[in-house]
Amino acid sequence: MTVRNIAQAINDALDLALGKDEAVVVFGEDVGRTGGVFRVTDGLRVQYGAERVIDSPVAESGIVGVGFGMAVGGLRPVLELQFMGFSYPAYDQIINHVARIRNRSRHRFSAPLVIRIPYGGGIGAAEHHSESMEAIYTHIPGLKVLVPSTPYDAKGLLLAAIEDPDPVVYLEPIRLYRAVKEDVPDEWYTLPIGAARVEREGDDVTLITWGAMTKETRQAADLLADEDISAEVIDLRSLVPLDLETLVESVGRTGRAVVIHEAPRTSGFGGEVVASVQEECLFSLASPILRVTGWDTVFPLKRSEHHYLPSASRIAAAARRTLES
Amino acid sequence: MLAILTPSGNLVAPSPLEPDVVRRLYRAMVFARTYDRKGTALQKQGRLATYASFEGQEAAQVGSAAALEPEDWMVASYRDAAAMWMQGYPLELLFAGRTGDERGGSPPAHVPVLPPSITVGGHMVHAVGLAWAARLRGERRVAITYFGDGATSEGDFHEAMNFAAVFNTPCVFFCQNNGWAISLPREEQTKSETIAQKAIAYGMPGVQVDGNDLLAVYAATEEALARARANEGPTLIEAVTYRIGPHTTADDPARYRAGTLTDEWRQRDPLERVRLFLSERELWTAEWQEEIEAAAASEIDRAIGLAEEMVPLGPGDVFASMYADLPRHLRLQQAENMAGWG
Repeated sequence: MTVRNIAQAINDALDLALGKDEAVVVFGEDVGRTGGVFRVTDGLRVQYGAERVIDSPVAESGIVGVGFGMAVGGLRPVLELQFMGFSYPAYDQIINHVARIRNRSRHRFSAPLVIRIPYGGGIGAAEHHSESMEAIYTHIPGLKVLVPSTPYDAKGLLLAAIEDPDPVVYLEPIRLYRAVKEDVPDEWYTLPIGAARVEREGDDVTLITWGAMTKETRQAADLLADEDISAEVIDLRSLVPLDLETLVESVGRTGRAVVIHEAPRTSGFGGEVVASVQEECLFSLASPILRVTGWDTVFPLKRSEHHYLPSASRIAAAARRTLES
Repeated sequence: MLAILTPSGNLVAPSPLEPDVVRRLYRAMVFARTYDRKGTALQKQGRLATYASFEGQEAAQVGSAAALEPEDWMVASYRDAAAMWMQGYPLELLFAGRTGDERGGSPPAHVPVLPPSITVGGHMVHAVGLAWAARLRGERRVAITYFGDGATSEGDFHEAMNFAAVFNTPCVFFCQNNGWAISLPREEQTKSETIAQKAIAYGMPGVQVDGNDLLAVYAATEEALARARANEGPTLIEAVTYRIGPHTTADDPARYRAGTLTDEWRQRDPLERVRLFLSERELWTAEWQEEIEAAAASEIDRAIGLAEEMVPLGPGDVFASMYADLPRHLRLQQAENMAGWG
């Protein structure tokens, strides 16, 4: 066991994977010499060499397209796209090639790669550096989409993603990189893909979230607890596949739910969660399932971020509203 | 422009191939043309989905693919069936893909050819990754990618060329400049005087070759492959050829180009000059021509039969290859689709 933050836990996972399997390569902009803009890949190039921890020219489509070729050719690339707002040039490669090759070749070829994408706001970054557009990835058939929010989950899910025979988009909440520390086992371990984690048990209302918003959601649960409202907090961890069973069990019991995400509301993944949960347990619901999300606006610049990001009080207010009916 | 065999069948440089090999490749070109014309005919009968003819490009595809080793990766486009077939892609699967069946994209394990790319240009970067994987794994094989003049305007052409050169990956970029991207002529596709010259900007060799000259195409490709195998890096080859037919069966070239231009290119037919070359050496007769055409037609009919006799996929099969292991939500959707709504 070593106390690690999320960035260190991811680094540890990559270190183990590079050490264990010669097919693993780390490929992306600035991942080598500087260890990535967030230092997540720090030290790996020195240890494993420039042929396996590869500084890429600045071209996201090329990173994913070349990574696709590497994966089809027998490697296990872990690609890094520097920020979600910079991932869009790679979208064609992801949707038309990475996510499709298994199906269009009827299992003859596959692309077992991981695309790591730091995402989300709250750190006062420049324009295009704060996006939280997970739904553009969850909408693509053929991908898996993971979002860890703790160091333990970050390591276990990344190793699971690297072992997975199919392409995985692995989203890293930027503002949590160094905000959470906990004991993380030093050895190799994996967590199941498609399993949510009940972070806090409760009876009155289910708060469903993922990634960076777990922090505000926990704070909201604390606020509610002060009012003797018992909130269950579920961290999805995996958006695709979605652990609907855990959600249905919880909401079926509490009868009330709020889905919280940082992304814009319209066509956000929260809509998918609400639709899927109500299909399974409408008649257990005591009130409509609410969403607390980012607005349908462009993500604001530094001085207005707080006008956009869902806060603990906004989440708590929505939870109270579900309890009014 | 590199040229070895003139349209009148004369050598202007030594042949890189022995006459008996040329004879074998001529037969392959006859086969390819027979396949191609059959493809168009079958589409008109409603038996194939949209078909993209490569008539006029047989030497470019057969000559380049003939230089490959059997284990070399090939990443090609929807107009490259002859090259894919040369590299071992089963004929019946080429047809199956065209009938609209995903199983056409699934070649046998020993065939290192990806299913053809339908989007334009996105596949060129894949060759860079495949070549990289081969090098890192200590394999001797290289990767070749086929694309047209239109694809060179795509951003992924730039990214593929740049990555390949920077990382010195063992791959070959084989551009068939057939003059047209659907309706857009080559002159409006790029202001560059040649496509081959684009290689200079990336720091790799670029070679322009008469794409209707089987021997020149073979020689250029063989040299590029040797460079790649010697870890001397990638090469861009521009094979100058012409798309005799329409873009696809859904297209009418009369709307955008003069028939006289096509007639001019017919005078530079890639098969005819090889026929003259062989005839001069008493390696071609009219009887042999009939024999190889009949053998091609028979083999092609057999392949069409196999493709058409494939048991149609069922309602559960559209899910079957989405993931190695189907996640729960897809298993439920699959069961729903299979149960029907009777």
